Amino acid sequence: MTIPPAQTPAPPAQAVPATVPRIATDGLTAWYGSASGVRDVTFACRENTVTALIGPSGCGKSTLLRSLNRMHELVAGARVTGRVLLDGYDIYDPAVNPVEVRRRIGMVFQRPTPFPTMSIAENVAAGLAVGRRLPRSDRDGVIERALRGAALWDEVKDRLHDSPLNLSGGQQQRLCVARTIAPEPEVILLDEPTASLDPAGAAHIEELVQELKRDFTVVIVTHNLQQAGRVSDVTAFFYLGELIEVAPTTQMFTAPKKPQTEAYITGRFG
Amino acid sequence: MHGNLFRRAFGSAMTGLTYAAAVLAILPLAAVLAMLIVKGAGSINWDFFVKSAVPLGESGGGFAHAIVGTLIVVSLACAVGLPIGIGTGVFLAEFGSGRTGFVVRFVADVLNGVPSIVIGIFAWTWLVKPMGHFSALAGGCALGMILVPITARTTEEMVRLVPNSLREAALALGYPRWRAALQVVVRTAAGGILTGCLVAVARVAGETAPLLFTALGNEFFSTRLTGPMAALPLQVYVYALGPYEEWHRQAWAGALVLIMLVLAISLIARAVVRAKRQRA
Repeated sequence: MTIPPAQTPAPPAQAVPATVPRIATDGLTAWYGSASGVRDVTFACRENTVTALIGPSGCGKSTLLRSLNRMHELVAGARVTGRVLLDGYDIYDPAVNPVEVRRRIGMVFQRPTPFPTMSIAENVAAGLAVGRRLPRSDRDGVIERALRGAALWDEVKDRLHDSPLNLSGGQQQRLCVARTIAPEPEVILLDEPTASLDPAGAAHIEELVQELKRDFTVVIVTHNLQQAGRVSDVTAFFYLGELIEVAPTTQMFTAPKKPQTEAYITGRFG
Repeated sequence: MHGNLFRRAFGSAMTGLTYAAAVLAILPLAAVLAMLIVKGAGSINWDFFVKSAVPLGESGGGFAHAIVGTLIVVSLACAVGLPIGIGTGVFLAEFGSGRTGFVVRFVADVLNGVPSIVIGIFAWTWLVKPMGHFSALAGGCALGMILVPITARTTEEMVRLVPNSLREAALALGYPRWRAALQVVVRTAAGGILTGCLVAVARVAGETAPLLFTALGNEFFSTRLTGPMAALPLQVYVYALGPYEEWHRQAWAGALVLIMLVLAISLIARAVVRAKRQRA
């Protein structure tokens, strides 16, 4: 179930020394006009880990996630101060092309967003076509590996040229995962990926997250504390736009240091 | 109990009123169609489609020159108007949130309301007069100008219907903005845009006033774009005003063919939408 070594000549994932986190924020504040969504957030995600961002609605965790691949700035009036470091390089450096950033940091949204005019196979290849043209055989190989990587291959291998709209919600979401991993990004951002799915579909995605971290660095926003506990290595708790506490997940759920964290995970608010 | 009775009677009365309104709306349309068929169907024969007008005094002849002329002029209008209209619509939907978008949208709405005869005079002033003669080209441009604001606004509506989440998904995959707009958003809206265009084309196919000043009309079969050209509405106009029984019969037939043409375009538009839905 591993994605084989990059055939993609896309920006090479530098050999990162163990001390440099894959993705990190440094004093990151995301603004909507003159209001800030999240304030002064500093944390880091090591390679091949799953980091869960938790907190009550409106605490800024989705805003933070969207700041990590420069999607936040697409909202009118939105901007970011501080730094986001991918392999030690600031993705908000004026010399950096945001389109390039988004090719290296993939994202899956709350609701499945398959492209309705494209077939299942074309959806998976959608992100590849952007970079460059692949020979047909290579393309088919990449599509199969991505679909296997998203645990969807066996369910769709006989109808790759059908519309994705005939798939179930859970299958559509896994298709979106396949589409995201096909171009082999370094980091995958998941924005409440199970929020619109039934329990079976959600369980599939959770298993998938465990598989994904072998090859990618994963950051997941979730409303579901049990889910955070099951899938993540590190958990970050946000409250009212601030990062309250970040710790290894087991420690966070057994011995939180801050009183707000404890109150939230024991269900006293949120 | 008494109140209940009143409520039901009132409900029935209002329902009846909406039915009455619907019937009143359909009635003139049905009457027009019926009259066209009664008066025109008799004059439609093979000659009507393959022969052009014959000299006065001779009987027979047909509308071939006008039918071909309409097809040519409307094709020209599509070539001129649709790319500009669709492009403007995409601009309005994707990038038109600022002041420019506001101005363009406002101008398009005003243009939509301009009587078509004014467009005809405009085309005469800027195309026919400088060129020195009437031409099919000028007629195509005049009809194209009518197409632009209609297709721009319908395209905008259709593109806006595409959920923002698709746009974001494309951008998150590393699509540049223009590519997300064209390959994902516009492609998703393509069925609706096509329908809107066909409806607009059906409307301009029946326009007479702008052609009076531009394509002028022609008694002879002509495919020369730089010269005057016949068109169905023009030919119907001329023949209906003429003093001869034979002309009147042919005008009725021409009107029927024009309606059938418009009907055919509308049916194609519906078929396209249905096919699109079934595939989705």
